[in-house]
Amino acid sequence: MGGDELRVNIWRGGPGGGEMMAYRAPRLPSQTALDVVTWIQRHVEPGLSYRFSCRVGMCGSCAMTVNGVPRWTCRTHVKDVARRGIGIGRGERRPHLELAPLRNLPVLKDLVCDMSEFFRKWQRAEGVFHGDRGEHGEYIFRGGRGDGHRDNGHRSNNGHRGRHGKHDTRDTTPAPILPADPRRAAADAAIECINCAVCYAACDVVASNPNYLGPAALNRAWTLLNDARDAAQYERVRAIADGGGGCQNCHSQHNCARHCPVQLSPARSIAGLKQRAVRAAWRGELL
Amino acid sequence: MLGAGLFIAQRVTALILAPFVIAHLALIIIAVHGGLDAAEILARTRGNPWFAAFYQTFVTFAALHAAIGVRVICAEWSRGRLNAIHLDSITLTVLLLLFCMGSFAVFAVVV
Ligand code: SF4
Ligand code: SF4
Ligand code: FES
Repeated sequence: MGGDELRVNIWRGGPGGGEMMAYRAPRLPSQTALDVVTWIQRHVEPGLSYRFSCRVGMCGSCAMTVNGVPRWTCRTHVKDVARRGIGIGRGERRPHLELAPLRNLPVLKDLVCDMSEFFRKWQRAEGVFHGDRGEHGEYIFRGGRGDGHRDNGHRSNNGHRGRHGKHDTRDTTPAPILPADPRRAAADAAIECINCAVCYAACDVVASNPNYLGPAALNRAWTLLNDARDAAQYERVRAIADGGGGCQNCHSQHNCARHCPVQLSPARSIAGLKQRAVRAAWRGELL
Repeated sequence: MLGAGLFIAQRVTALILAPFVIAHLALIIIAVHGGLDAAEILARTRGNPWFAAFYQTFVTFAALHAAIGVRVICAEWSRGRLNAIHLDSITLTVLLLLFCMGSFAVFAVVV
């Protein structure tokens, strides 16, 4: 392989600890970091564990730390990240790649992290849609403000506060949500998240405050807070303004936005959430 | 560790402190222009109600702002090991300490 060889360090181990192991892989044109891991797993180390699914930047399952930076490996080209002259052996001139599991998540094995806490935080941040329910438990949408107001709300069948009037019937026409609606536009700007946890690994507040909901969950909550159909805004505002791990704990340093592979800005969404939290506190809705 | 109330307090105190800091710096630069000794300073500050009011307000908001800031630093340095009671105690201690020290200093130059 000679000069076309890549030196690869891969972190191997489990919850109890582990270490970097050295491998070699052929250097190929248009090769991605995920291609390298796959080649090593198929040809050298069948026991190597890692995650991937779509290989085209859709599923968000292949994120790892590549040369110290959280990235989606299926769309990270080796030519863009491989470094020369570092890593194994002084004066090593061959390109070098170092792969480790994502930061801020417990390791299960090798490059595979336990994502449970990450997704639990989505639930905690009310990062799930709560439609309003009709009398037969069916989802209904009757339009409205849906911006966390307590007024005019009542408990609907799913235990969340609805905000539709008492006299709506099945014949009431749902309010349209136009593409140009400012809230719709705000949600659109943040909606394309692929749940890869790259931002979560990049966030220093997650690293220092285990309770912090994190950029991805808060970003999702922001899209739903701007969804006029959602019937649980009151609960959501309380969730994202939580003293222990809410949006106020974000330092606004935009590490999340810098590393998000699909160029979202969770930091901007969180800035919006901070404004909502302040407004809610002002109205006494957080008491 | 930073609820909406403390978050608002931190932002509002920062807003209030900004003009105070600028006025304070301007005051120092203008006052020491051409040299100034302790006796001259005291001659101007003793019994000056404007000076007292300005610096007592400054001290109060600075103590609040710094206490909340120290709370966040402690919470993050401890990586979640300090609970709400620890953090409240730290915040209150820093607040009282800075408030007392600042008020004492204002008292010393005005009275
Ligand atoms: S801007 Fe906020 S959420 Fe994003 S990385 Fe920084 S602290 Fe984390
Ligand atoms: S916001 Fe970006 S980095 Fe974070 S999980 Fe979604 S796609 Fe990944
Ligand atoms: S494998 Fe699906 S995003 Fe990388």
